[in-house]
Amino acid sequence: MNTKDVDIKDFRQYMLELHGQGMDFLREIVGMDWEEQGLGAIYILENSNTHECAEVCVKTTNRTKPQLPTVSDIWKIAELYEREVYDFFGIEFNGHPDMRRLFLRNDWVGHPLRKNYDPSEAINPIRLESEQEEDLIREYEVREDKQLAEIVEKQKILHYDQYIVNIGPQHPATHGVLRFRLSVEGEVVRKIDIKCGYIHRGIEKLCESKTYPQTLAFTDRLDYLSAHQNRHALCMCIEKAMGIEVTERVQYIRTIMDELQRIDSHLLMFSCMAMDMGAITSFIYGFREREKVLDIMEEVTGGRLIQNYNIIGGVQADITPGFAEKVKAFCNEQKKKLNEYYDVFVNNIIFRTRSIGVGVLSKEDAISFGATGGTGRASGWACDVRKRHPYAMYDKVDFKEIVHTDGDCYTRLLVRLEEILESIRIIEQLIDSIPEGEFRTKTKPVIRVPEGRYYTAVEGSRGEFGVFIESNGDKMPYRMKFRPMGIPLIAAAQKIMKGGKIADLITIGASLDYVIPDIDR
Amino acid sequence: MKFKDTYIGSILSATGSLLTGMKVTLKEFFTRKVTEQYPENRKELKISERHRAMLTMPHDKDGNNRCIACGLCQQACPNGTITITTRTVTDEESGKSKKVLDSYIYDLGACMFCQLCVNACPKNAIEFSNDFENAVFDRNKLIIKLNR
Amino acid sequence: MFDFTNITTTIDSYLQSVLPHSLATLVECALIALCVIVAYLVFAIIMIYMERKVCAAFQCRLGPTRVGKWGLLQVFADVFKMLIKEIIEIKNSDKALYNLAPFLVIMSSMITFSCLPFDKGLQVLDFNIGVFFIMAASSFGILGILLGGWSSNNKFSMIGAMRSGGQMISYELSMGLSLLALVVLSGSMQISDIVETQTQGWFIFRGHIPAFIAFIIYLIAGNAETNRAPFDLPEAESELTSGFHTEYSGMGFGFFYVAEFMNLFIIAGIASTIFLGGWAPLYIPGLDRFNEVMAYIPGFVWFLGKTFFIIWLLMWIRWTFPRLRIDQVLVLEWKYLVPIGLLNLLIMTICVVMGWTF
Repeated sequence: MNTKDVDIKDFRQYMLELHGQGMDFLREIVGMDWEEQGLGAIYILENSNTHECAEVCVKTTNRTKPQLPTVSDIWKIAELYEREVYDFFGIEFNGHPDMRRLFLRNDWVGHPLRKNYDPSEAINPIRLESEQEEDLIREYEVREDKQLAEIVEKQKILHYDQYIVNIGPQHPATHGVLRFRLSVEGEVVRKIDIKCGYIHRGIEKLCESKTYPQTLAFTDRLDYLSAHQNRHALCMCIEKAMGIEVTERVQYIRTIMDELQRIDSHLLMFSCMAMDMGAITSFIYGFREREKVLDIMEEVTGGRLIQNYNIIGGVQADITPGFAEKVKAFCNEQKKKLNEYYDVFVNNIIFRTRSIGVGVLSKEDAISFGATGGTGRASGWACDVRKRHPYAMYDKVDFKEIVHTDGDCYTRLLVRLEEILESIRIIEQLIDSIPEGEFRTKTKPVIRVPEGRYYTAVEGSRGEFGVFIESNGDKMPYRMKFRPMGIPLIAAAQKIMKGGKIADLITIGASLDYVIPDIDR
Repeated sequence: MKFKDTYIGSILSATGSLLTGMKVTLKEFFTRKVTEQYPENRKELKISERHRAMLTMPHDKDGNNRCIACGLCQQACPNGTITITTRTVTDEESGKSKKVLDSYIYDLGACMFCQLCVNACPKNAIEFSNDFENAVFDRNKLIIKLNR
Repeated sequence: MFDFTNITTTIDSYLQSVLPHSLATLVECALIALCVIVAYLVFAIIMIYMERKVCAAFQCRLGPTRVGKWGLLQVFADVFKMLIKEIIEIKNSDKALYNLAPFLVIMSSMITFSCLPFDKGLQVLDFNIGVFFIMAASSFGILGILLGGWSSNNKFSMIGAMRSGGQMISYELSMGLSLLALVVLSGSMQISDIVETQTQGWFIFRGHIPAFIAFIIYLIAGNAETNRAPFDLPEAESELTSGFHTEYSGMGFGFFYVAEFMNLFIIAGIASTIFLGGWAPLYIPGLDRFNEVMAYIPGFVWFLGKTFFIIWLLMWIRWTFPRLRIDQVLVLEWKYLVPIGLLNLLIMTICVVMGWTF
């Protein structure tokens, strides 16, 4: 990865120019702590048409009050990404409209991903009382004398005399522990404030003290519905960095397993969407078939949810003898079952009226929010990493990238269901021709990634999953960052849920299909 | 204006879609049920051989294990699940001293089944077994001594 | 056909002979109340068990199998669990209304329940405006739901209660219209009269098309009245956790739960009484032998058979469809059911006036 170092003074101008050149997709902001060289951030950008990439690095040496200019007005997703960087590194972004912590409590002391962070319990004891809601936000302004920032005013996010309804963190429709604070007028949602971080486990910080093989186990626990793809991304990133070639057999197996995982995830999405809309029977039908995918995966990997299958240089174990037959039988069965889903739920008039035209996300917004995956493709953005930056076997198989243009909840579900068919097609093309060969390449006993920065992305079940590694040649990563698939989705949710009814909020949430452990890494 | 978009047409097409849905559920009403009655079906229950439920150390019939107390598994574990204590034994014939395993303590409660220990073991002395019914009432019962 | 009035008059005359008049009436009232409560509970138990099994079958599951043979004791286990649960007191809630609400709901459902004719003469309340009374009695259950939601001091409950108010009051209208169409056909509002007329052919056949449309409208509106999917917005567990009864625990919740199931039974019971002839056996004009055989089957078997068939039908609907949104619920009512219901009433009147019925 060739990062371009930009001086803090020219940074905003440079970013504006990049955006003007068509770099409209901000893939990632990685907060960094280079110790004595200062704090900073790395921005990974992409042109959504040509798929050209650019990486920009900006630093500040002020450790006591580090400040960087914001880009949240250029790319909408930067608003949440910058809040995350602020939360973990304490870097304040000038001009950011809502500079609050994203994950941690308001009363948390310190910024944990800094290298000199003191984790002792004396500073941050386990607090048993509820935190005070921080409805006040700080605003920044560039003063006339070009001094960067000063707090100019305080503004309320939700006002106390609004009818505020709290959805989550324990709520059946948030699919985990996410929390919405809504200001409602009757049934209509007027304002929305999303809180995350209830199950944040600090995996990125943990990774900095683990050897590379040890970090692998964490990826399965990010988005548990794209466990294979996540682990695939990390393995691929390390393999690329070290120059390890994996055999063709491994590529085949990884591709097939990725697609099985995708089917699993999309079936779950269909089921949960049905359940959120009150069709519990459809939910059970979806889960019935998902169980079969899990059975197949359990036989090969030994796990149903936490699979532990990819390892650096190959896979944990070879496929089992009856694998191909079972997968083919499942694929044939699943094609018939899909029709059943259409009959019982998707074509149902109640579902159609509830989802068509609800929560429309325009293509521009999808790109600006970086909402990849089924959500982006439903809005007309061809954002499939498998097509954009092919990896594994994806450039050798024939499959269609499902792109719809309506961008409402109904199309988001349709994209998922049609992708199940495409995944089946990919699997059917590969399953009979898995070449002979080693299922794992021998690696050195201690894995050291050469010095440098690396970024690899795969198409996870709900979008682009990326792994960023900065290595200084040690056996542990200096900084490891996972691009979450969920944060862009909740950022988009915050926009499209406004003005809808409470029932629409549930529908939109279900159709975006976020998974909380992926947001709260 | 198509017939489907008229008042009567919309009612008819809506009813049609509802009836299609009801047809599917009626069909499922009479199909075989998929419930697995777990504790009763213990005998038929098929668990994949690769399923990782618990770390074990196989012993041969004389009660010997293959562990050489090298500590690689302990190093490989990301969670500090494995604790090995060793003692040094001097071989009387050759006079060389060597480490032997004293106790191999495994904390099932902290294990995340990543299989790094099994991969690290040079002698295949440890493996994962299929005994998944590990619920206990006391956390201390999850700390298991694997060697005999 | 066996007439249960023989038994009731015997008991009545016996009591009148041994006791003073006022005391005898009091004893009779107590006896009837006991019968109603027992029957109510027995049917509630059957309904809950049936719902679990039917729902499971639609979902390719087995349903409860553990407690008792085939899970038969599951309901008793549930009731036991509810009884031993702590009754939670909510801060800043309106205690009196909070405690009153479940009773209002269950009272309205019990009164409606006692209007059902289980067999000839086996009916507690029967007077000349029976249909009207049923409508009135069943609609004050809404009051309980509104109060429950309001007094819980919970925003979810509040939204649930408001939804239920809007929904149930609206659907009362089309329910009334469809019943009215049948009152036009039968020419009477007294339940026993309506059933008696149907021994010469059920209304759904005699009133043909308008009666059938009224039947469909009634089922939809009835489903909405009982707050069952696809009209379960007041509860909407994926949106409002449990809507109006979120804050109720123990038997407070139990009352809402039982009342919901019994309302389903009552809706089905009224449907079978008004449209499918209640306890009246199947009657086909011209087939005398067939009609004689049918008449041998006791009336309460007919009544319960029809009622449980309709219940099964409603369960089938419930376990197939997703939930509507509040504005769509109202659109369905005001743009579709009410105009169709009015038109249907007109058609029915024309048919009756012109003698185009059987």
